[in-house]
Amino acid sequence: MQSTARHFKDNAGAALVDTNLQDSLSKLKTGFSERRRQAAERLPEFEALRDRARDIKNHALENLDFYLEEFERKVTALGGHVHWAPTAEDARRIIAELCKGVGARTIAKSKSMIAEEIGLNEHLEALGITPIETDLGEYIIQLRHEPPSHIIAPAVHLTKDQVADTFLEHHSKLGFTRRLTERNDLVAEARYVLRQKFLDADVGLTGANFLVAETGSSMLVTNEGNADLSNTLPRMHIVLASIEKVIPTLEDAAVLLRVLARSATGQESSAYTTLNTGPKRPGDLDGPEQYHVVLLDNGRSSVLGTKMQDMLRCIRCGACMNHCPVYGAIGGHAYGWVYPGPIGAVLTPQLIGVEEAGNLPNASTFCGRCESVCPVRIPLPSLMRHWREREFERHLTPRPVRQGLALWGFVVQRPQLYRAVTALANRLLTILGRAEGRLHSLLLAGGWTRFRDFPTPERGGTFHAQWQRRRS
Amino acid sequence: MGFAAVKLLENAGCTVEVPPLQVCCGQPAYNSGDRATTRAIARQVLDAFEGYDAVVAPSGSCGGMLSHHYPSLFDDDPVLKARAEALADRSYELTAFLVDVLGVTGVTARYAGTATYHDSCSGLRELGVKKQPRLLLDSVDGLHVREMKTPEVCCGFGGTFCVKYPEISNAMVGEKSADIVATGADTLLAGDLGCLMNMAGKLQREGSTLKVRHVAEVLADMGDRPAIGEPDRGGR
Amino acid sequence: MSGDAGNADRTEVLNSVRRSLRRGELDADRRQILEARLAQPPRGPAIARAALAQPGKVDLFCTWAEANNATVARVSAAEVPSELMAYLARNNLPAQAVIAPSPQLAAYDWASQKMLSLRHGRAEASDQVAITGAFAGIAETGTVVTASGPEHPVTLNLLADTHIVVLRESDIVGGYEDVWARLRTNYGKDRMPRTVNTITGPSRTGDIEQTIELGAHGPRRMHILVVRE
Repeated sequence: MQSTARHFKDNAGAALVDTNLQDSLSKLKTGFSERRRQAAERLPEFEALRDRARDIKNHALENLDFYLEEFERKVTALGGHVHWAPTAEDARRIIAELCKGVGARTIAKSKSMIAEEIGLNEHLEALGITPIETDLGEYIIQLRHEPPSHIIAPAVHLTKDQVADTFLEHHSKLGFTRRLTERNDLVAEARYVLRQKFLDADVGLTGANFLVAETGSSMLVTNEGNADLSNTLPRMHIVLASIEKVIPTLEDAAVLLRVLARSATGQESSAYTTLNTGPKRPGDLDGPEQYHVVLLDNGRSSVLGTKMQDMLRCIRCGACMNHCPVYGAIGGHAYGWVYPGPIGAVLTPQLIGVEEAGNLPNASTFCGRCESVCPVRIPLPSLMRHWREREFERHLTPRPVRQGLALWGFVVQRPQLYRAVTALANRLLTILGRAEGRLHSLLLAGGWTRFRDFPTPERGGTFHAQWQRRRS
Repeated sequence: MGFAAVKLLENAGCTVEVPPLQVCCGQPAYNSGDRATTRAIARQVLDAFEGYDAVVAPSGSCGGMLSHHYPSLFDDDPVLKARAEALADRSYELTAFLVDVLGVTGVTARYAGTATYHDSCSGLRELGVKKQPRLLLDSVDGLHVREMKTPEVCCGFGGTFCVKYPEISNAMVGEKSADIVATGADTLLAGDLGCLMNMAGKLQREGSTLKVRHVAEVLADMGDRPAIGEPDRGGR
Repeated sequence: MSGDAGNADRTEVLNSVRRSLRRGELDADRRQILEARLAQPPRGPAIARAALAQPGKVDLFCTWAEANNATVARVSAAEVPSELMAYLARNNLPAQAVIAPSPQLAAYDWASQKMLSLRHGRAEASDQVAITGAFAGIAETGTVVTASGPEHPVTLNLLADTHIVVLRESDIVGGYEDVWARLRTNYGKDRMPRTVNTITGPSRTGDIEQTIELGAHGPRRMHILVVRE
């Protein structure tokens, strides 16, 4: 997917004045976080499960080569195929060849962030193969030619009216000429339209929440059932997953499932959690004849063994962005690429470079809410700080900021000088602000005073000066 | 605010000193990715605060910097790391120190009004400061505390964030301001000056007459001092 | 795609993983530990709420299933066919369904319901009602578990508007881990069925304004007959 992360500030500015988006975000901010809180409170073992989930993922990452090989062995033994894709281009090529191999014209796709990452849809369309998004949110944004704005609720930025307009525009040629107003009618219309596409599709392509090494299974969590239709009706099932999705056993999956649904939507369990192992067996009346797993690296292996490794624990629940006040102010598109919110701030520089995505880890107050809700305890603010350190080392920090910091650093390491400078600033501000106790504008503080007054200090000097006077 | 903090600690039986050579905990450099400067500042702080039983900051973010982040600055230097860990072990935010360490359960103070309390992020999430200020505020004569809908959501200050991304910061502080005003309180309290200045600046730009104070001032019975952003009319 | 190119890719990824972890392939001792862990998978924290005697598990299952918008009817084996007919009538559904070709389901006295027309096999898009058994029920979450095979085509879980599940009380277990244990016993971990579905209530979506609507792509309705023997 093409990145606009470089234009984060402009993106954010546009997002802040987009009334439809702001309407949608106001629902998101309270909805998801309240449901997660309730789900966590209902389960006494929740914190212990989070610790265990973190430990399972760490263990899997430390032994990733072993578990990948074990997974491949099991898949192959049951008649499936595993393909290794070091880069995004490899993955696109592999999937295109598999589709061409069965003469595929249409592909039923369930939601896959990896597919977004590698730009799969554009690639297939250029080859005359039509990918059809079946997840309702993905379907809606596919019609609108928009990228997803959230990793589990791709259309969360849209209002019901916007969806109704989109359906009217695209479904009228199918005979649906009435503009709908009720949500359940919109869902029913989408269900009807997409049902035939499932039945006609030659290939079903899904992501995977987990790849279970013990049994050679891919595990997928949905509420709609679209992934299950995608992996049962067509002749071929392709699973596209990144390598860090591998976990050792079904018991490990149980722990992760318990924290995943609760963290994502506040559900105890999603409607459908499915384990797929290989193609149809002799005697099965339905199911795909071929089962392929495409394992994507695309930069993840190089994160292992570094200070950033913790980001590979991510199980794609979306809790971080649901609780992030910055995401809540600007929505997902402002981040400019596939992954928004705090995890996006950490992952995007890794995958597309810090020159392009440097704004993302900088646009944070380090409030820490993301880390406090992450089911696998990823220290997201620390990882963002690491990116800021990398930028600083590589002199990517904007010049005025570097200079300001250098000046401040010079003064701050010389206590006498610091005392003198702050005393002077204190006196100046007191004088300037004596009328109201605050300033409406202040030289060099335009960023502040554009929106806020600047409170000025009380008379009498700095605390330190006063303290010294009192002591003597 | 500084004097309020000193008074609270002295009333609780402490001998208080304000080391003259201290400057800053270094958080601005730390959060900007300038590790070298942060370490230099931290070494200064380690020296300035050597030998005290406890280091108390009327600030959750400074307290958090000292107790959570300092040790990790010196992973490569066992001697400094040990000193940093020792400092971390005896560093506290003010209200947490009063309640959790000194066992203070109430103060003698009077403040007529209704206040709402904002939970600054570092204090809340790094230091567990939540119940302590509220416990102490409960004992203030005449004061009624009314919670806002989302006291734990960031006010949008974030140090340099508010000037690097002013529009986003403004959106965040705008929501916080609406939440504060909706409580009907006449006073806003918090434990971090950065947050307080940010929220005061926004409230006042919007024309609010709410008084914004550091919680230490109310607890130390100094609630008659000028509020943040208010003109200083009286003498001292 | 040629085997050589595929092998080169495989080697590249595995080498990159090992290089980052600053080691070569795992030594025999470490492999043994990991293989032992795979052979005897350790469980995570036990979930107290499902640690009940069997009757308690059944009650808990029913409570959670209903909380997730399934409907539940607790019946005796003899009542299964009549409850099915009653359910269809209550919901204005035709007295016909596709049913899983399983010996377990065949044991119920469907013939007693003269008006009921049953087709055995997989589901088609035109089916309004599908009837299946279940491999297990999970008390902890009110979840129905099915295992694919000649006796349980997966389309029966997905294509019809209404999915009716006949679940025996004795097949209700506490948590996911108990289901895995059953799967390993019945199939072996090297021979898992093609698809194990765990289903909690009807299909749903929150994709429009984060409000839940039922019947996204899978069934709109799920009715569970919990059968005591």
